[in-house]
Amino acid sequence: MKRIRTYFDLPPDTGSDVLGQIRAQVERLHRRLSQVHFTLAVLSGKGGVGKSVVTANLAAALAADRCRVGVVDADLNGPCMAKLLGARGQRLLVKADGVAPAVGAGGLKLMSMDLLLASDSAPVEWKGPEAESFVWRGTLEAGALREFLADTDWGALDYLLLDLPPGTDRIEPVHDLLPHLGGVVFVSLASDLSQFVVRKAVHRVRELGIPIVGFVENMAGYACPHCGTVGPLFGASAEFDGVPSLGRVPFDPELAALADRGRPFVLERPGSAAAAAFGQAARAVRAFFETGRTL
Amino acid sequence: MKFLCVDCDAQMRYEERELPGDGTLAVMFACPTCGRKVALLTNPMETQLVSSLGVKIGGRTVPDQPLETVRTQLGTGADGALVDEDTRRAPAWSAAAEDRLARVPGFVRGMVRRLYSEWAKERGIEEITPEVMDAARKELGLEEM
Repeated sequence: MKRIRTYFDLPPDTGSDVLGQIRAQVERLHRRLSQVHFTLAVLSGKGGVGKSVVTANLAAALAADRCRVGVVDADLNGPCMAKLLGARGQRLLVKADGVAPAVGAGGLKLMSMDLLLASDSAPVEWKGPEAESFVWRGTLEAGALREFLADTDWGALDYLLLDLPPGTDRIEPVHDLLPHLGGVVFVSLASDLSQFVVRKAVHRVRELGIPIVGFVENMAGYACPHCGTVGPLFGASAEFDGVPSLGRVPFDPELAALADRGRPFVLERPGSAAAAAFGQAARAVRAFFETGRTL
Repeated sequence: MKFLCVDCDAQMRYEERELPGDGTLAVMFACPTCGRKVALLTNPMETQLVSSLGVKIGGRTVPDQPLETVRTQLGTGADGALVDEDTRRAPAWSAAAEDRLARVPGFVRGMVRRLYSEWAKERGIEEITPEVMDAARKELGLEEM
């Protein structure tokens, strides 16, 4: 029987050049991010721990420290960064070489699916056939995230933060797109349940070889609105083996209220315990990236 | 994906593609030695999987547009969310061409207008008509826009 040549026996594709098109996408992404000094993913694994609020305030604290900061809302299906940074409703100018990002509180540059959706209640719905959407949805979402990173005209940035959706696997598409991702900050509560899930995310990030900056413990105690004394909410502090604590952010009802109004707490209440914790986390991030040490 | 003419032991070459509008895709390949042709036919799910990669079967005919995948695939995009840069020096659009463009979803309309305008400008066309749009659409492979 005649031997049929295999895929690798044949010369490179001379028609569609799909691989060439994919390579061009990757090159465009690298060109765009060549002006970004440090990339940082904020990840939890667990939902409902206040990860996006931490991202917004960490970004705002870095900006307040005179860093040039951009934020990518990588939570395509539950985007909230535009609301948290007071950037909802901004229209984005498209030029041939890219899309101008929205500008939120503190001068933060932002790209989010929320800026593109038709209404407050509109979910992300793709046009493909619904019946087999599980086959193509993940690929399309990775492509959308790639475009957010590569097609946004970020200009020169010191830090680009990616706010990831819940799920211990959500770091993987980011790692595929950004193999040289600068680092990860985890967000967790002190509850056993939260730590139980976040540990899996820590494990996965270690497996992928991504540098770990540390973790922020959110809702670490309750700050009395009258006297400012911080009392416990979950008991003992969160701990992750070998992962440095960057800061413990106490729960503050005003933090949630200001978040709803698109005003990062760290900028509005700089003297508060929560703002101090965010500031401490931002300094630790800067120390990690800029001096290669932990605080 | 590559196609081999087994009789000639020659790699078949891409010839053309068609998007009939029902979600399927037809791509024709021909053997450079014997001329035999085959068609690759994909179902809507397979077509969508290729589109999701942000690649064009047959190769790109126009450069990647910013947020192209999101703009062409998102079904719940806001009409005015993206404002395409003013193309004041672009060719004029006839009323009939504007009517046809108005049928394109607002979320992607600005991008489609720019692609047609640039195509016409490069050819010295002063007014875009439906006939010009048809010619550009075919040449640029913008069947899905």
